[in-house]
Amino acid sequence: MVSDTDETSFLLFQQRIEIHKLRQGENLILGFSIGGGIDQDPGQNPYSEDKSDKGIYVTRVSEGGPAEVAGLHTGDKIMQVNGWDMTMVTHDQARKRLTKKNEDVVRLLVTRTNLENVVRQSMQ
Amino acid sequence: MVYSKLLTAFRYVPARKLRSSYSGLLVIPKQKFTTLGKRLFSFMTLTLWNSLTASDDNWGETTTAVTGTSEHSISQEDIVRISKDMEDSVGLDCKRYLGLTVAAVLGLLVFLTPIAFLILPQVLWRDKLEPCGTACEGLFISVAFKLLILLLGTWALFFRPPRAGMPRVFVFRVLLMVLIFLFVVSYWLFYGVRILETKDSNYQGIVQYAVSLVDALLFIHYLAIVLLEMRQLQPMFSVKATRSTDGETHFYSLGHLSIQRAALVILENYYKDFSVHNPALLTASKSRAAKHMAGLKVYNVDGPENNAPGQSRAMITAAARRRDNSHNDLYYEEADHDRRVKKRKSRLVVAVEEAFTHIKRMQDEEQKKAPGEVMDPREAAQAIFPSMARALQKYLRTTRQHQYHTMESIQQHLAFCITNNMTPKAFLESYLNPGPTLQYSQDRWFARQWTLVSEKAVTNGLNDGVVFVLKCTDFSLVVTVKKIPFIKLSEEFIDPKSHKFVLRLQSETSV
Repeated sequence: MVSDTDETSFLLFQQRIEIHKLRQGENLILGFSIGGGIDQDPGQNPYSEDKSDKGIYVTRVSEGGPAEVAGLHTGDKIMQVNGWDMTMVTHDQARKRLTKKNEDVVRLLVTRTNLENVVRQSMQ
Repeated sequence: MVYSKLLTAFRYVPARKLRSSYSGLLVIPKQKFTTLGKRLFSFMTLTLWNSLTASDDNWGETTTAVTGTSEHSISQEDIVRISKDMEDSVGLDCKRYLGLTVAAVLGLLVFLTPIAFLILPQVLWRDKLEPCGTACEGLFISVAFKLLILLLGTWALFFRPPRAGMPRVFVFRVLLMVLIFLFVVSYWLFYGVRILETKDSNYQGIVQYAVSLVDALLFIHYLAIVLLEMRQLQPMFSVKATRSTDGETHFYSLGHLSIQRAALVILENYYKDFSVHNPALLTASKSRAAKHMAGLKVYNVDGPENNAPGQSRAMITAAARRRDNSHNDLYYEEADHDRRVKKRKSRLVVAVEEAFTHIKRMQDEEQKKAPGEVMDPREAAQAIFPSMARALQKYLRTTRQHQYHTMESIQQHLAFCITNNMTPKAFLESYLNPGPTLQYSQDRWFARQWTLVSEKAVTNGLNDGVVFVLKCTDFSLVVTVKKIPFIKLSEEFIDPKSHKFVLRLQSETSV
């Protein structure tokens, strides 16, 4: 399910995405890969505009997985997961917040550079 | 005053050889007035000590009771000890004195040779000699000093009293003596042929000849120092010495030494490194071994055939298969013993601390003021000893150390600790930890006569893999030699500016 509520009133260019986890064997998978974190090297991030940004980015979305169905794209920066902030976390903490076993649904707040352009275009 | 009478304890030695003669009991003098006399301090202490000593049931007594009426019986070990003393004293002295006299004679000969070289021409053909100026006088002085140094050096190297008696001669010393002898003989030969026969008149030449002899002797002395003293200093071998009864092991580093000298070094270190040999601690494993042996019996049902190897193998397999719970017994027994020792130790520590609070050191000013009940350390020790005697004796019995400490030795130690302002913990230290053999009195060492048992000749040098045994009457030390490996060291240069760091690569996790 995709819900597009653009929060243009705060000029934050963010999108809320709700992903339902898929059960594969005894694991619950979301179907994408993350990179980044405050303990990682931000200069290696291909998706960030500012090379000192240590946030969590989506590096790969698997085909047909729950994340692709929900509308997540590569290069998205994840700002919040279920209300928890992801802009100042280590890589491992981010992984743990996404893979909690007792949650079936994760609600992400993501931002995207081209989303920014799309909103700006629609405002003109 | 009670405290002024020193407690002289008499060892209890019965007229006949009884079981109680080695038990460390003390004679209690008869008291004239029984009620008051029994309250006498010394009487109480002695009675207390005897009661504690005699009431031990688990004491491993090994002397058998000889209840015959002869007073002149001696035991088997006495006989062996006496005969060994006799033969050793005779044999060793002979060899040592022979070696010493030969060396002394040679030394005297060598010392007098240069002097003889110088004096003989003066005596025999004085009128024919050319006068010799200041050069000769300088040479005389140098000869005198060099001979003095040679004398001191030879005494230091060869004639100091030896530390021990070795089974065989010292190979290097013999070689050096032979070398010196040949050297001096050749000098005499040349002197006799060239100078005495021709009556050479060049006195300076003769003096220089004597000086060259002394110089050469100094160089031989230098060689002797290197061979005898310095060759063994650099460590080349790591030697492991293990005691055969309880497995206590120590490691030593030795240089190039012959087997007998290495044995000597190890024995000297034995007395200060190894803890004292306590036969009472080995009885537990012996009883376990006896139980294993007594478990199975083999019966031959096929007739009188002698199938010994088959029998023993059958016994071993049967013993392995049998459900043996002796490990359980060992575990619980050891846990029990540890608990008992700890309990007695805590009681002992409390008793000793309390006892030490009863005395106080008097300052100098107070000493003049109160000449009341002033005691010297020995009396003070005797005063506080009874309050800790019971706890101490019980602890020593539990750890099987009671034979190493007599009442006099404990009181002496207590007086020593009081004099030196030691705390109760310092006083107890020598009873809580068994110290090295040297700290105990000589009759408790169990290690006086040593025999070197070796497959190779004892004058051979140490080598990798050499094994020899130092045997004593009760136990033996097994010694293994291992060579220290040859180390190849290479260098690597690191530029101090080359220490640079980056964060790790971006890791990617799929969720």
